[in-house]
Amino acid sequence: MSASAVIFYVLASIAVLSAAMVIWSRYPVHSALYLVTTFLSVAGIYVLFEAEFVAAVQVLVYAGGIMVLFLFVILLVNLKDTLGPRVRLHATFSSLIGTAVVGLILYVYSQGRVPGSPGAAPMLREGGNLQAIGTSLYREYLLPFEIASVLLLVAMIGTIILARQKT
Amino acid sequence: MPVPPSHVLIFSLLLFSIGMLGVLTRRNAIIILMSIELMMNAANINFIAFSRQLNNLAGQVFGVFTIAVAAGEVAIGLAVVLALFRNRDTIYVDEVHVMKG
Repeated sequence: MSASAVIFYVLASIAVLSAAMVIWSRYPVHSALYLVTTFLSVAGIYVLFEAEFVAAVQVLVYAGGIMVLFLFVILLVNLKDTLGPRVRLHATFSSLIGTAVVGLILYVYSQGRVPGSPGAAPMLREGGNLQAIGTSLYREYLLPFEIASVLLLVAMIGTIILARQKT
Repeated sequence: MPVPPSHVLIFSLLLFSIGMLGVLTRRNAIIILMSIELMMNAANINFIAFSRQLNNLAGQVFGVFTIAVAAGEVAIGLAVVLALFRNRDTIYVDEVHVMKG
């Protein structure tokens, strides 16, 4: 087993364990911290897959922006007097369904077999991953890029309207 | 590729089903949003892995788009949570059943 495979398995198990802790832990702040751990290990996996730009965006947007947003809202929403059962009543039913879906997909994997690789050539062109992505983003995917920016603008306006204090 | 693609798929499947379990079982709306983020990350891992597998940059570009959509979704979702808390004094989703009919 090569070194990158070892790193992948270590990062993947860290990500899965902390993801399990996200939905298991009692306090939302703990969940947020475990979520950061998951995001960072996923970013490490992106680096391993030679997607450095996406890894950087993952760290900046997820571990930076989204996590601060989560923490702000957790601190704003005072949950002191709203203790109740942590899990909804139909939890066992839901987890049965979840386990069944996992089993089904694993069964399909074991039966159908994932198509093999056509030989993974290194994707780094001259100029590196960042330049390749930039060229692709501004040439072939210019329209989706603009639509994404409009989507972010709409999200920003909607957030302000929703969260504004009614006076 | 030293890591077989099926292992990457199983990893992202595990992450996705943990997120799904969180959405289905937890009552806290903030935790539900975090679980949705976990599921989006799982989908993104597939994009990146197959982008490398097929030697095609489109997967990475769409990974960036997914992250942008996730950022917008989390902002809207947390604003909804805040408005919910202001109007109803709870963020537990089973205590909010106005639209049950």
